[in-house]
Amino acid sequence: MNLTLKIWRQSDADSKGKLVDYKISGIEGDMSFLEMLDVLNEDLINKGEEPVVFDHDCREGICGACSLQINGEPHGPDRLVTTCQLHMRKFNNGDTIYIEPFRAKAFPVVKDLMVDRSSFERIQHAGGYISVNTSGNTQDANAIPIRKEDADEAMDAATCIGCGACVAACKNASAMLFTSAKVSQFALLPQGQVEATERVLAMVNQMDEEGFGNCTNTGACEIECPKGISLENIARMNREYLKASMKG
Amino acid sequence: MGGLIKSSIARKVAMALSGLFLVFFLLQHFTINFTSIFSVDTFNELSHFMGTNPLVQFALQPVLIFGVVFHFVMGFVLEIKNKNARAVKYAKYSGGANSSWMSRNMIYSGLVILAFLGLHFYDFWVPEIVHKYVEFAPEDPTRYYTELLHKFESPIRTGLYALSFVFLALHLWHGFASSFQSVGFNNKYSIAATKFAKAFAIVIPVGFIVIALVLHFTH
Repeated sequence: MNLTLKIWRQSDADSKGKLVDYKISGIEGDMSFLEMLDVLNEDLINKGEEPVVFDHDCREGICGACSLQINGEPHGPDRLVTTCQLHMRKFNNGDTIYIEPFRAKAFPVVKDLMVDRSSFERIQHAGGYISVNTSGNTQDANAIPIRKEDADEAMDAATCIGCGACVAACKNASAMLFTSAKVSQFALLPQGQVEATERVLAMVNQMDEEGFGNCTNTGACEIECPKGISLENIARMNREYLKASMKG
Repeated sequence: MGGLIKSSIARKVAMALSGLFLVFFLLQHFTINFTSIFSVDTFNELSHFMGTNPLVQFALQPVLIFGVVFHFVMGFVLEIKNKNARAVKYAKYSGGANSSWMSRNMIYSGLVILAFLGLHFYDFWVPEIVHKYVEFAPEDPTRYYTELLHKFESPIRTGLYALSFVFLALHLWHGFASSFQSVGFNNKYSIAATKFAKAFAIVIPVGFIVIALVLHFTH
């Protein structure tokens, strides 16, 4: 497979970036998208040029490290997969592929295709946890009865890997799907009730302070999320937030 | 409560509630207008009531104007904030792959509706205010239908009204159903509520277009 790549190159956060064209050949359909970029980087290194910087880690769709806006969609044209799980068979010989970083004011570019997603960490730090006494007399979580439906929904919300595809896909660069998943995984469980009011207020406040946009319910985040996080979580967060605001 | 005013969720809920209020008003406006194509007397009676009842004139009308102004001012504010949230645009953005045109272009359908409201106020609301509160003209309970017919004589104006209602349908198609999600309503009844909202988004604007065309072509 021969391809033309239009890749965003930017030397650091303060520099102005631009799309640079690269021709690449000998790409197999069974390669992952990141392996294709590895081939490109080997070519660049052999030619004495600087390789393209991009985020990656587990390459199994678990860690949430890989990103990339591929032909205008986060993680590319496939559904329910991350970029590391995207196969080159999804493209055709002779295709031109646009590869850009996830774009949001709250995700500044570090270099080339790598972005700083620590704003997500700060939202988590604001309230995405429960306080449990671990001195030795902690109650066994399995001893607390939880409705199967609630446990399932909490587990679904907890599958969010925090990759940022929701922000990248949203026309407003909103982080509501991510934040709502992190709020929901606790809001649905009895262990999360103690800090429920403070949690949702603090996490939404942090989300707003980071400079993410407002949700306008386009639903793009849900479609592009590699873990299929549902919009129901955003509705739940809205309810939790309104309830907490009335209390607080 | 203080943080509520500044929060993105509060703004979202406020947009939804003001939108739902305007949807309710639209239904009421449509019901009255619809009578004009089958009963002139009923239309005149209802219009006279709405135009002279003190509760409608001095309590509900200001609330309506506030609702309209709030909805479009907040819409502009949110649009500017959202544009600022992504300073560098994508070279290639495939919005159509994951969302509807209507959901991505609410600001543009809203701007057309706003322009239409300007024309609509110029046609009906301003002359009504001048008639009642500037000229203090004697009240004539039968004048409303004649005034309505006069406005729909022009094919250009009738066409502009019809075009505006198409954009109203596009706006409602996303906005009405979306407002349920914004206020936190997402449960087993959501599918039925969304179907109702989508049907409303088609039936009411098409109904307004039918009324405009009937008034234009039958007189």
